[in-house]
Amino acid sequence: MGEVIVITSGKGGVGKTTSVANLGVGLALLGKKVALIDADIGLRNLDVVMGLENRIVYDLVDVVEGRCRSKQALIRDKRYDTLFLLPAAQTRDKNAVTPEQMKVLCSELKEEFDFVLVDCPAGIEQGFRNAIAGADRALIVTTPEVSAVRDADRIIGLLEAAELGDPRLIINRLRPDMVKRGDMMDIEDILEILAIDLIGVIPDDERIIISTNRGEPVVTSENGAMSGQAYRNIVRRVVGEDVPFLELHKNSSIFNKLKKMMGLGG
Amino acid sequence: MNLRALLNALVGKQDSKDIAKERLRLVLVHDRASVSPEFLDKIKEELIRVISTYMEIDEENTQINMHRTDGTAVLEANLAIKAIRRTV
Ligand SMILES: Nc1ncnc2c1ncn2[C@@H]1O[C@H](COP(=O)(O)OP(=O)(O)O)[C@@H](O)[C@H]1O
Ligand SMILES: [Mg+2]
Repeated sequence: MGEVIVITSGKGGVGKTTSVANLGVGLALLGKKVALIDADIGLRNLDVVMGLENRIVYDLVDVVEGRCRSKQALIRDKRYDTLFLLPAAQTRDKNAVTPEQMKVLCSELKEEFDFVLVDCPAGIEQGFRNAIAGADRALIVTTPEVSAVRDADRIIGLLEAAELGDPRLIINRLRPDMVKRGDMMDIEDILEILAIDLIGVIPDDERIIISTNRGEPVVTSENGAMSGQAYRNIVRRVVGEDVPFLELHKNSSIFNKLKKMMGLGG
Repeated sequence: MNLRALLNALVGKQDSKDIAKERLRLVLVHDRASVSPEFLDKIKEELIRVISTYMEIDEENTQINMHRTDGTAVLEANLAIKAIRRTV
């Protein structure tokens, strides 16, 4: 029996879809059988991030409305044998699916797959309720900005109310240089405010954009992209390994040494 | 306080991240305090259940409110007592 994980955030544009693609590919690289569901109906995106946009025949709404079986709608990613995508419908709206239907679909897919990752739309309306309906646990994505953290807080409350407890946090687009000069909230600041557990930190990295241009998630990159490594670490934490957190800003500068000597380390 | 914060304090400047954090804290106090009536009803029910061990509460005349003053939120409970039980 597999596990359904929803990736959500409240705010749009913080990296949900990017994270679903990377975690999906990462889990498949570990040999897990993975299905990705794009629950962002009307704003289909996961297909292009995965580079699978030319292979869509059926979509999520076709499945829940019974026009095809889920097996027929799931696109196999030829690069990673055990990875499948269920694309969102592009021409329908989020009310085309109900939470009940999502529950049924998720429990069906769980029988077959080790992991089912659900890419949640932005917002807290029906699309959000659909996306979390069949989930066993949640990952919340935020960026180190006031509005994104605020929305994450709201989502944490809604997940609690839906009895989807113990969500874990992905902090995306962290810029160590800005943190260092005091112009960006640090990991500890955000964790202190949201009071949930961290599952990983992804640096702001142009290689995410470059790899997304190609339709190849950065998690596969072997050129030492920090963001790729960060996603690989999250993948291992998702499967239950205890992986130490990446040092995004190494304490090596003269300034830091001086601080340490003066006992002012912060 | 780290060295940067110390220097900032000397020149009377504040890091933008500290401003962000402070603003977030305030806005979240407000966000979290604007809770639904159902949520308050649930708290009320539980409060009464706990306190009923010690005293009999008049549910009709019991009110629970959450309100904000600057920077903090206050949960206010007015529980009307019908009778106090003998201590067990
Ligand atoms: N760590 C990162 N570094 C640089 N760009 C990023 C990073 N994470 C996401 N992006 C970019 O930000 C944009 C929004 O990401 P996306 O995953 O679509 O967000 P969401 O699904 O939450 O709306 C995309 O263009 C993506 O390439
Ligand atoms: Mg998205």
